Amino acid sequence: MDLVTIWSCLIGLAIILYVILDGFSLGVALLFRSTRNEEERDVLMSSIAPVWDANQTWLVFGGGALLVAFPMIYGVLFSALYIPLLTFIFGLIFRGVAFEFRANATRKGPWNMAFFLGSLVAVVAQGLTLGGILSGTKVAGDRFAGGPFDWLNPFSMTVGMALVAGYILLGSTYLIIKTTGTVQEWAYRRAVRSAFIVLAFQVVVTIWTPIHYPSTLSNWISPPRVYFIWAFPLIGLLAFYGVIKNLRARREALPFVFSVAFFFAGYLGLIASIYPYVVPPNITFQEAAAQHETLRFTLWGAIIVLPLVLGYTAYSYSIFRGKVGKDGYHY
Amino acid sequence: MDAVFLSRIQFAVTTMFHILFPVLTIGLALYLVVVELLWLMTKHEIYYRMYRFWVKIFAINFGVGVVSGVVLEFEFGTNFANFSQAVSNVFSPLLAFEVMTAFFLEAGFLGVMLFGWERVNRTIHFVATCLVASGAIISAFWILAANSWMQTPAGYRLADGKFMVTDFSAAIFNPSLPARMSHMTMASFETAAFVIAGISAYYLLKKRQTPLFRRSLGISLLMAALFVPLQVYLGDVSGREVFHHQPIKLAAMESHWETNTAGGAPFAVIAFPDMEAEKNLFAIDVPDGLSLLVTHTFQGKVLGLKEFPKNDRPDVFILFWSFRLMVAIGFILLIVMIWAAVLWRQGRLYESRSFLKTLLVIHPLGFLATEFGWITNEVGRQPWLVYHLVRTKEGVSPIHVGNVIWSLSLFLIIFLVVGTSYLYYIFKTLRIGPDLASPLPPIQRLAGMRPLQKEEKDDLGIGSWGDTGG
Repeated sequence: MDLVTIWSCLIGLAIILYVILDGFSLGVALLFRSTRNEEERDVLMSSIAPVWDANQTWLVFGGGALLVAFPMIYGVLFSALYIPLLTFIFGLIFRGVAFEFRANATRKGPWNMAFFLGSLVAVVAQGLTLGGILSGTKVAGDRFAGGPFDWLNPFSMTVGMALVAGYILLGSTYLIIKTTGTVQEWAYRRAVRSAFIVLAFQVVVTIWTPIHYPSTLSNWISPPRVYFIWAFPLIGLLAFYGVIKNLRARREALPFVFSVAFFFAGYLGLIASIYPYVVPPNITFQEAAAQHETLRFTLWGAIIVLPLVLGYTAYSYSIFRGKVGKDGYHY
Repeated sequence: MDAVFLSRIQFAVTTMFHILFPVLTIGLALYLVVVELLWLMTKHEIYYRMYRFWVKIFAINFGVGVVSGVVLEFEFGTNFANFSQAVSNVFSPLLAFEVMTAFFLEAGFLGVMLFGWERVNRTIHFVATCLVASGAIISAFWILAANSWMQTPAGYRLADGKFMVTDFSAAIFNPSLPARMSHMTMASFETAAFVIAGISAYYLLKKRQTPLFRRSLGISLLMAALFVPLQVYLGDVSGREVFHHQPIKLAAMESHWETNTAGGAPFAVIAFPDMEAEKNLFAIDVPDGLSLLVTHTFQGKVLGLKEFPKNDRPDVFILFWSFRLMVAIGFILLIVMIWAAVLWRQGRLYESRSFLKTLLVIHPLGFLATEFGWITNEVGRQPWLVYHLVRTKEGVSPIHVGNVIWSLSLFLIIFLVVGTSYLYYIFKTLRIGPDLASPLPPIQRLAGMRPLQKEEKDDLGIGSWGDTGG
């Protein structure tokens, strides 16, 4: 494998790690509105309080890695997606400060709202960003050359809503692992409902993508992709079946595992559909890559440091494993 | 009003808001390491209680620091895409290393530090505190390396307007990094020390939790006694570094127009520069002062602003005054520490109410000095993004001005809301004060622990931080 391919994989890995890890954190926040009392909200908050910051850091790493490896794509996309990306940031600001402010607040209402709305805005903006990328970006030379609202269309808005449903599925299945009793029962019911909504959105988006972005269809039906592209929706359907079956059987860990598998199927299917174009339909990875020395130097850093990061992140998760107590965590 | 100007304002607003939080985080983390070490060594419960109190401030502060910091990495792309694309080969690895070696470390162990008391033993907890504190300093190292590279670029060659890396170690350890790193780290320690001292003084004045806050004040003043004189020295080092590498910036900081040909260059204590007329409308000068300061000789030659083209000069008025205000604060803090030394010799450090009141009044000065320092540093880099190589106006993204009007307005509103709430919850935490009553988690209770004595729990009790026996 050459350096460019390795970096593409590394960024791909960072993105999916972010989507899964912050996905369940944001999903827990999206469930805030349907909680019934402050104790339940304390439990929800405590389930992610020790880990949300580490989860969000994968986003910062993904952004940094994109700048290192493909500065042109970083520059073009961030200029093109100015509004959804900064909207995303605005949402993350409110989501992030809500942890500390709510813990210290006597009247928790405003920060409950900030936590929920901040997360909702962040998730929808993520969807708009993804949808915007798939809608194509106007480029002249190696610079963005489009308008401020190029990303806004019914397709990107649908992707935004789909992501809300998807993260609720991740959040509710994560909560099943972390809770007991009535909260857990409530999470089971939310998970079943969101799973069906996610499936519906996934079907719509999968059918819509080739209509919205024509070269997808020709990619699908020509070799070599025609031989394996059908596997992704199939894996997705199996994962969905696994989610539902294990939710019905009231298992604790497996619904989350299958939800993650469902996300992987959709994510890998998407990559398989558009690869090697990252800013469809203009720019390939190879064209946009940074200087060889930069890729090599930073890769060595990543090879040495990232295993350590994964190790201590796992250790940190293991410290907080098990059910959230009635009192949550204190400091 | 164009996208260039507004992007600059937005970056200034977001960085100036952001820096307030890490500057306290870095110093407070060091303080927490010291307090927890005292808890481990003395097994005296009061240090455990102290830690649990100050870590509340730390947590609120850290949260706002994280979310306001993510903004900056995005702005490199959203607002300064042309800059990012041009310098990325050399510049971006520094940011990536910051994420990999610092952000993950802080985020990974912050949870243990805040919520781990009932789940890990005290050695592991102490290690977590040390790792979070190291993460904060490592983060400062990388971002200051990146900033310093923009000020004194090294380790690159230019090819078709793009920077290609030739030597990463030269790029990272570029000429202005040592001065900037030591000056900024010290600013963090100093700022935090005076915040802790001011808050402790407040409790002592109110006669609340006296034993705990005497110790808090003692430790913070010891730190300040170490850092404040050192910072004056490092400030001098930084000034001479600017003189060597960025003579235009130095001339602007000093509002120094004419190169001295015969005799030394004067130091303007006060000046009102006129950039059009290229002179000071009014100035109070100390003869030979500037030569003495930057060259450490009476006659040393200091290039004046007129040596450089007009469109290469930064804003002299802003630089002159922001620099002076920073220096003035540094000396105010030095005077306060001299006073502290005198009181300590007389054994009245905790009794002098006028001293405690002074500590309370001056406690936010470190933040102000940090802001003025960064204004000097960044406005002084203008009109360049990468010094002498990329002009600021060439680095901005190809975006519509409306984008930036929209985002800047929202940033201002959000920072107002978040900043106000931050202060509200900090003050609320201070009003509630330390918790001395809740039981220690079983895993933290160890043989030989010295629990709080009755008089130490008493709000009006007297104690002395010197009597613990170490």
